[in-house]
Amino acid sequence: MTVTAEPAVGKRALPGATGPTPRRRTGRVRRVALPYLLLLPALLLELLVHLVPMVIGIVMSFKELTQFYIRDWGAAPWAGFDNYSLSVDFDAPVGEALLHSFFVTCAFTVLSVGLCWLLGTTAAVYMQESFRGRGFLRAVFLVPYALPVYAAVITWAFMFQRDNGLVNHVLHDQLGLTDSPSFWLIGDNSFVALLVVSVWKGWPFAFLIVMAGLQNIPRELYEAASIDGAGMLQQLRRVTLPSLRPVNQVLVLVLFLWTFNDFNTPYVLFGKAAPEAADLISIHIYQSSFVTWNFGTGSAMSVLLLLFLLVVTGVYLALTSRGRSAADA
Amino acid sequence: MRRTRATAASAVTVSLLAAVTACGGGSSTDGGSNDSPKTLTYWASNQGPSIEADKKILTPELKKFEQQTGIKVKLEVIPWSDLLNRILAATTSGQGPDVLNIGNTWSASLQATGALLPWDDKNFDRIGGRDRFVESALGSAGATGSDPAAVPLYSMAYALYYNKKMFEDAGVSGPPATWDELVADGKKISRDGKWALGAEGANPSENIHHVFVLGKQHGADFFDADGKPDFTSDGAVAAVKQYVDLMGRDKVVAPGNAEYAQNQSLKDFAKDKTAMVLWQTAAATLKAHGMSDDEWGVAPVPVQSGAPGDGTAVNSMVAGINMAVFKNTDNTDGALKFVKFMTSDAEQKTLNRTYGSIPPVKAAQEDPAFNTPALKVIRDTLAESAAPLPQVPNESQFETAVGTAVKELFADAAAGRPVTTASVKEKLSEAQQQMPKK
Repeated sequence: MTVTAEPAVGKRALPGATGPTPRRRTGRVRRVALPYLLLLPALLLELLVHLVPMVIGIVMSFKELTQFYIRDWGAAPWAGFDNYSLSVDFDAPVGEALLHSFFVTCAFTVLSVGLCWLLGTTAAVYMQESFRGRGFLRAVFLVPYALPVYAAVITWAFMFQRDNGLVNHVLHDQLGLTDSPSFWLIGDNSFVALLVVSVWKGWPFAFLIVMAGLQNIPRELYEAASIDGAGMLQQLRRVTLPSLRPVNQVLVLVLFLWTFNDFNTPYVLFGKAAPEAADLISIHIYQSSFVTWNFGTGSAMSVLLLLFLLVVTGVYLALTSRGRSAADA
Repeated sequence: MRRTRATAASAVTVSLLAAVTACGGGSSTDGGSNDSPKTLTYWASNQGPSIEADKKILTPELKKFEQQTGIKVKLEVIPWSDLLNRILAATTSGQGPDVLNIGNTWSASLQATGALLPWDDKNFDRIGGRDRFVESALGSAGATGSDPAAVPLYSMAYALYYNKKMFEDAGVSGPPATWDELVADGKKISRDGKWALGAEGANPSENIHHVFVLGKQHGADFFDADGKPDFTSDGAVAAVKQYVDLMGRDKVVAPGNAEYAQNQSLKDFAKDKTAMVLWQTAAATLKAHGMSDDEWGVAPVPVQSGAPGDGTAVNSMVAGINMAVFKNTDNTDGALKFVKFMTSDAEQKTLNRTYGSIPPVKAAQEDPAFNTPALKVIRDTLAESAAPLPQVPNESQFETAVGTAVKELFADAAAGRPVTTASVKEKLSEAQQQMPKK
């Protein structure tokens, strides 16, 4: 917003110009202050709704907060860094389980974001060409994104049931791909089940954003590339993907944060106690806090997660903006 | 650059919002008041086949209470899966109902939060006295040696429900009395897509109830005399292994049961796919699944040897629902009147008859309605061979930690992986180390 104010000052500083009159100055102050004033209610609410609980969460992470104190958590004794040392003691079960959960979440996030992006981009690129039924297909693709998460995931939970589920019915009974019906909601396969639901739910968002990004690429670029003899793949590599870079930068970041913190999908799919293979960090922290009532330890884990996400986001932004600056130059 | 900064700012905000799951707590005032004497809020646990059914059952009773006292009761029936979290949230914020139902195994854990009105002699006198209640039910209403945190409302115990037709088809003459008999009979039944016993392998609470009883039968308590976790004793390991072995080694429980957590085993029982279930009060649900009362029988849960009784022949936990008053209530007098009403002889008979449970109030228990063959088994179990789950503040964590370990062991058994004494001990050791240290 200061962008509009600065050139004005520059203009007035031209030789021969007189200094700003008090009236003009008031007008300028008003112009400068107004946007901030308009932002103020949102800022206050943001503080109230998000920052205050976050600070409380950080305070809690330094407390010995169990069921004895939840009624008046301020009275809980200070624990120093005990909760943190417990969380990062990777030789003891609590830390070991957290580390395991962290690795599961990393693998899950990389695969889910990668697949969502790939599917979304492929579909969006194909949907660029106009053909009969394109509108219908676009609408169908967006259905998973439009459905309420709970309803969608619980339907998947039914489909993944070993004895009566549709997945085993197709894979085992109809196609004969497995020797015996598989478990999807317990044991090692639960990771695959979680990934399938996550990608199914997440790729339409990537599709939507990439499709919007594609609209901004001038047709002339493709025409020029075509005249220069570029084929479809080369056009994709040389025109489409570079033009989509700013869109992808935000898309991947948002998908990463959403997926890394996804709580609804594992919770609805597996309940309060997720199988080890699909023990995502969000549900792990939930269990530490709200199921085993170790609120202090759970808060410490949350803070550690927050720090990790901040670092990853910072590094990601630094890398991508440097890449873009280099490209711009 | 400016755009990068804006993206960074929004990304940071998103990550902050996403990461911090801990929420704020509130301070609270001690003791209730009578600021709002004409209304009460009541959180009832889901007892019947559905929430709607519970509303239908309870509403006329609440109207009766309103007519007697002029106090209007706002009813909310809460599913089991949400109840503990809702109580916890209410405790943290201090904004809870006036009167609520709690699962009796949570009594000591919730008592430790200090959110519930203690039932001292004075309060008991206001509802007719402590002596009106069965002692074993009072034993699961709070930590040993302190005033109960709640009053027993419905009592239940586990029994063995068996499918008569399936027994007959397999040539099994009657219900087994010991686990060896159950396994032997089970092997005769478990063939051609039919299975002997149902289990809710992915439901941690259900797992806990069974391994606790088996633990008692092996002389283990899961907590020592000081209330400290003791999950890895030989008896505890043997109990957990015996339960999971019913699927892995003995093959009398269907592997698919390892992912059951929504009472699917009752449905299998009603559909002649499973011959036995260990359940608390199954009658109403079996009827809802289309099974008539004469198609099933009830027997005591098996023991290791001999007959059910004290000591190592415990064959059920003391199951049931308690009624508690939230300390922050605005209507203490009304809340006590309401508890008095719900635990009165007449209401106890009506409600327990409807829900198929046993009244924890002695006088009501004498009613012939509770003397049917099925209920007699449960009554006798409660009187002679049921033990309350450990009444320690960490009971709720114990349910989750050990119940989840059993769930994972069931997953191993279902996948055909061996469940050994060492693997059971390792899982229980991990569970123990996840318990709060203080």
